Amino acid sequence: MVSLSWHAPAVLAAMLLIIGLIGLLARRSLIFVLMSIEIMLNATGLLFITAGMRWGNPQGQIMFIFVINLAGAELALGLILLLRLRNLLTTLDGDAANRLRDVEA
Amino acid sequence: MNHLLWLVPASPLLGAVILGLCGTMLPARATALIGTASVGIAALIAILIGLHWYAAAPPSHIFIQHLWTWLTLPGLTVDIGLYLDPVSLLMMLVITIIGTLIHLFSTAYMAGEDGYSRYFAYLNLFVAAMLLLILASDLLVLFVGWEGVGVCSYLLVGFWFQDAANGYAARKSFIVTRIADIAMLAGILLLAVKLGTLAIQPMLARATELWPHGGTWPTLAAGLLLIGGLGKSAQFPFQTWLPDAMAGPTPVSALIHAATMVTAGVYLVVRLHVLYLLAPDVLLTISIGAGITILLAALAALVQSDIKRVLAYSTISQIGYMFLALGVGAWSAAMFHFLTHAVFKALLFLSAGAIAMRLDHEQDIFKMGGLRTSLPLAFWSFLIGAASLAAVPIVSAGSFSKEMILGAVWFAPGIGPGLWAAGLLGALITATYSFRVVFLVFFGPTHTPVTGRSGAPIAVPLVLLAAGSLLIGWLETPSFLGGDRLVMTLLHPVLGSPASRSALTILIEAAGFIVPLLGIAIAYTLYRSGHWQRAAAAQPGALRRLLRSGFGFDALYEILLVRPFMALVGALRHDPVDHVVTLISATTLQLHQTLRRSQIGQLRRYAAWLMAGSIATIALLVFA
Repeated sequence: MVSLSWHAPAVLAAMLLIIGLIGLLARRSLIFVLMSIEIMLNATGLLFITAGMRWGNPQGQIMFIFVINLAGAELALGLILLLRLRNLLTTLDGDAANRLRDVEA
Repeated sequence: MNHLLWLVPASPLLGAVILGLCGTMLPARATALIGTASVGIAALIAILIGLHWYAAAPPSHIFIQHLWTWLTLPGLTVDIGLYLDPVSLLMMLVITIIGTLIHLFSTAYMAGEDGYSRYFAYLNLFVAAMLLLILASDLLVLFVGWEGVGVCSYLLVGFWFQDAANGYAARKSFIVTRIADIAMLAGILLLAVKLGTLAIQPMLARATELWPHGGTWPTLAAGLLLIGGLGKSAQFPFQTWLPDAMAGPTPVSALIHAATMVTAGVYLVVRLHVLYLLAPDVLLTISIGAGITILLAALAALVQSDIKRVLAYSTISQIGYMFLALGVGAWSAAMFHFLTHAVFKALLFLSAGAIAMRLDHEQDIFKMGGLRTSLPLAFWSFLIGAASLAAVPIVSAGSFSKEMILGAVWFAPGIGPGLWAAGLLGALITATYSFRVVFLVFFGPTHTPVTGRSGAPIAVPLVLLAAGSLLIGWLETPSFLGGDRLVMTLLHPVLGSPASRSALTILIEAAGFIVPLLGIAIAYTLYRSGHWQRAAAAQPGALRRLLRSGFGFDALYEILLVRPFMALVGALRHDPVDHVVTLISATTLQLHQTLRRSQIGQLRRYAAWLMAGSIATIALLVFA
């Protein structure tokens, strides 16, 4: 069995996280924001598996299953909120959903 | 008869309550009737008690009417009771009779004024409080009366409160006497703690029993009580309030600020003279302070142009004579001068009021003049009063009492002759300033036209008081004029007999007789040469301004006391201690102001901060 170095997946996870973060910060559409969050969650999942591989510990894979579950639940809630927001604001622009700001700021 | 004593203070009090509660509903005539009658009834009862006393005095010359117990504390019981002895009898007669006359005068003087019933309510309340003061058998009850007259004085000085200056004068008189009263209260508490009772006679008996002559405690107690007395009697260094108190209506000045209340300090010392005999240092202080007061006030009176201010300074000066007598232990001479002074000073003030009424309330003596023919009654009564004030020999009451004081002062050991000289100089200046007013007001050309007319309520008090000023001195005459001893005989059981007089007395009396005539001659000369008229018209020099302001004590106290106090007030009004507490809230508020700017409602910005925070936390965990 080919012994894989843990470096490459860790770097990949970091890249995925940064891609997701940039998407989160740069995109205004809430659909893309949700997708960016998914990417970031997958990055962490990948990092768990990599870490499990590095230390030969199965707990990393258990954590990954947790993360998948979490992402699914979060996505369901996120999509509901997104639909409510679209009904309310008739747009999917995240910057328009700023009604909870301090009035004077 | 004596058991009716309680009615004497109760009757004016009832009058004050009636007028105070429903005075505004009553017509003016009913108000005047109730106000005057309530004091008149008190005067009637007082006269009856006096006659009864004269016919058959109680064996101990003391009558005590216990009314009820006020306070019972561990180690101290205070009874509300009335205490009548020759001293309080004399005071009671003077206050009620002169009070009635002044009430009668007021019914005409205050006619048509706003607050007519308020005026009589205050005046009745004053008489009630003053009677409580002099009849109290307990020092604490006396203090209640003492504060009561202070409050009434404040209310009546500021009677025309629409003018802010009158309110200021009222506050000044109240605050100055209050400062002195704090010392008096401390003295009363000291006596209560050290002697265990405040009932005057047992307290004095215990004081002589427990305290040595000239000891620390009697000196301290007598000194503290003296400060209260000096404040009430407007003596140096508390004299500044009395000239300003002339802002009140003139009958008020006659009753409160000349005849009765301002002599309360004299009465206090006489009442407690046993205590003062234990404190020779305090007596010495009294006589020196009195000498200073006599001269300061007489010199200030010499340059005043307001007729009431002249009389105010003369009151300060004459009460100085009473204190001079007290300082050398001539208690009965002080009481006799109190009697004559009450009569002739009330007369002078009422005459000044009668003049002012007819001159559209003009009080500047340089704007009067020539009133001798147009106001004959006021002229004669003022002349008689001024003669008594100046102590014109034989014909006036003031000369008998002043003679008695100066004679007693001469024989005081040590500084006696010095004080006598001060008193004699004071008498010279007194004669000069009182006849300066007489000449300027009643002689020469007319400056202000006379209007209106005066009725019986004005004339009756003036005539009666003028008769009193002429005759009352004959109650007590020097040996070569018959040697009557009515006042001395009355006061003898309480105050003892005065020291016997030696052969030198004739010379002393001769000096006392000549000096007032000399003073009048000076006044006449300066009037004839037009000196005063020129001085009033000219720009006043520095000395004149100093004298006119009463030796600048107001300015001195302004710098020494008022400004530092107001600076303290200015510092404290911003509540420096509170700053510690407000600092906490201010910091919180500032933090809030800073942090609220981050609440911009931008999801992406929040996410960025969230990320930055996470990175910072991880960096801390990894590298720190």
